[in-house]
Amino acid sequence: MKISLFVTCLSDTLFPRVTESMVRLLARYGLQLEFPELQTCCGQPAYNSGYWDEARASAKTILDAFDDSDFVVSPSGSCTYMVHHYSSLFKDDPVYLQKAELLQKKTYEFSQFLVQVLGVTDVGATFKHKVTYHPSCHGSRLLGVKEEPMELLRSVKGLELVPLPFADDCCGFGGTFAVKMADISGAMVTEKVDHIVETEASVLAGLDMACLMNIAGNLRYRGEKVRVMHLAELLYEGLEEKEVKQA
Amino acid sequence: MSTEGKMSVKNRARLALNNDFLRSAVRFTTERLRSGKIQASADHGSWDEWRERGRQIRLHTIANLDYYLTQFADNARANGVHVHFADTAEEAVQLSLNIAKQKSAQSVVKSKSMVSEELHLNKALESIGVEAVETDLGEYIIQLADETPSHIIIPAIHKNRYQIADLLSKEAGETLPPDTSILAGFVRNKLREKFLDAEIGMTGCNFAIAETGSMVLFENEGNARMVTTVPKTQITLMGMERIIPSWTDLEVMATLLPRSATGQKLTVYMSGITGPRRDEDGDGPDEMHIIILDNGRSLQLGDPEFQELLNCIRCGACLNACPVYRQIGGHAYGGTYSGPIGAVLTPALKKNVAEWDDIANASSLCGACYEACPVKIPLHDMLVSLRRRKVEAGRGNKLEGLGMKGFAAIMNNSKRYRAVIRLGKIGQKLVARSGEIRLKAGPLKGWNTYRVTPTLPKHSFRDKWPTLEQEIRGGLQNMPSGMEQRLQNIMKDRNKGGGS
Ligand code: SF4
Repeated sequence: MKISLFVTCLSDTLFPRVTESMVRLLARYGLQLEFPELQTCCGQPAYNSGYWDEARASAKTILDAFDDSDFVVSPSGSCTYMVHHYSSLFKDDPVYLQKAELLQKKTYEFSQFLVQVLGVTDVGATFKHKVTYHPSCHGSRLLGVKEEPMELLRSVKGLELVPLPFADDCCGFGGTFAVKMADISGAMVTEKVDHIVETEASVLAGLDMACLMNIAGNLRYRGEKVRVMHLAELLYEGLEEKEVKQA
Repeated sequence: MSTEGKMSVKNRARLALNNDFLRSAVRFTTERLRSGKIQASADHGSWDEWRERGRQIRLHTIANLDYYLTQFADNARANGVHVHFADTAEEAVQLSLNIAKQKSAQSVVKSKSMVSEELHLNKALESIGVEAVETDLGEYIIQLADETPSHIIIPAIHKNRYQIADLLSKEAGETLPPDTSILAGFVRNKLREKFLDAEIGMTGCNFAIAETGSMVLFENEGNARMVTTVPKTQITLMGMERIIPSWTDLEVMATLLPRSATGQKLTVYMSGITGPRRDEDGDGPDEMHIIILDNGRSLQLGDPEFQELLNCIRCGACLNACPVYRQIGGHAYGGTYSGPIGAVLTPALKKNVAEWDDIANASSLCGACYEACPVKIPLHDMLVSLRRRKVEAGRGNKLEGLGMKGFAAIMNNSKRYRAVIRLGKIGQKLVARSGEIRLKAGPLKGWNTYRVTPTLPKHSFRDKWPTLEQEIRGGLQNMPSGMEQRLQNIMKDRNKGGGS
């Protein structure tokens, strides 16, 4: 059985710790992920901006990379959902259309993979911090990953989960939107961070590094100390925390 | 204060972002409406099922629009209504003015109509010396302020009650307190005379029922009842897509619309009007006209990406759910219709992607509009389609176009991608300080005005992989047998046609 890692360009280049945590966590269940080096970016920046030829050029690397995988798992709900757009992107290309339809069926976002595929809702972690959670739009609204991260977080020992006001509101990232409509995006992330600070949580968790980078960027800009973590990082660190104590 | 086409959405948004009154007023009311909607749809019990029913009714109607429009017009005519078709806004305006002239009208009382706003009809009526009086409280306020609505159901959403009290005080010639019931009472008194004087009552139309040629109005203030019963002549303006086949379909719409709009289980007044006053009727107009407007709507028919736009029932839920609308309000969208529906509808109706390009960019594509929409219109996908069409038409931003070419050249080859990361690590040394970039210039200006940018770490995941892979392989245990079985089952299901 071939289980492949869809690293996403952002986690590959800027946040390797996230993917590393994910790989190490999954290894505990005997999963040896493989990493096809052909993959680059899912093509979302070009797709969303209307440059579909360019999006296809990039998306092809993903479709080729996972040709013979049985399962594909990624640390991003948004990039996972991008795969769902491939069938419209390649509707006039029978070869890639077929690949696209197949890949959509076998690709999972990290928490979705843990809960739905592996059937794991408690990884056995301990994490004694006050945590709040931001559900990223594409993952929760479009891909439908809502309960999975909550279940995983609720099972972590010592973790105090505090609700984030207006949690479902977009953080303002939106890819090139954050650059093109910088002031609107800035107002959105500012409000998001206001709410995060309001919770007095010491950690913000999420499932999409793009949104988390946006939020962390504003937190740092304002000199706020809240730590921003991908759920995979949090769970893995929680396992280590526990083991250090036990040793 | 129509800002159509004069400024970019960026600049209009900046104006709004600097207006704290506007932002807090918009937040206050959209929050109330949106939580009302969420509560009402949860209380309903089978909301998603009803959304799907609503969607199916709309899909079916629009797919057979010519049939239902003909049926509606025939039945309405049989009821004694004068039915007019207007291809363009100008035609609809001309038809309205002709009726006003024919009736030697001095004044027209109006209940809320977005089509009237689309036509800028009040200005046109005034230009021939006819006084147009808005009788919906919000519309009345907007008219006094000489502005356009900034929300499709709450026209004055951008004003707080102090600003409204100021406006009404000027009209009253005395200081009125910012108390909603006193202000509403003042307007009610003021409008009473207007209702009695007006020769013509003008309304919009929420739904037009094809099977009987009737029109249905939803409202909360009772003013539309007055508009449709007191004046001798009634003119109803409707977009050609307002049709539904039957009264049975109305049940679904009457369930979806008020809940989505305001969180109400029922609208306060729902009026069904089938033709002018008959002898046995106590009240109603002697003469009734319905003007059915196209104005770009039929351009969407047969367009696989945009036809669903005509399914819209103008509930405003997408505006209330939209995090961009929340920050900038409605005027920043620059057209009659604002929020997510406006961002798509305005360019689509004009078939002029170039002129209205930037509106489609004013979205983070978060999908909140789609989630809120009672008839499930995929506005977030339509926004992407608009952007793509602009690029395909060669009207995209040149610099962005070059950037995207570069993106494709790097991303279609993993070796080149890797080389570029390496270059990036060297390049960032010029601007990075202790692991972050704070430079507010060049392409980072907008981003760094509100954030800091992280730097590329020494090793990418790709760099680390060979070591990590070996380390993991070394300590790997067997997969628990139950888990292995789960995976096998999922694969089997998938081959049978299931899957995620
Ligand atoms: S697009 Fe949907 S949510 Fe928005 S106004 Fe129309 S029906 Fe309501």
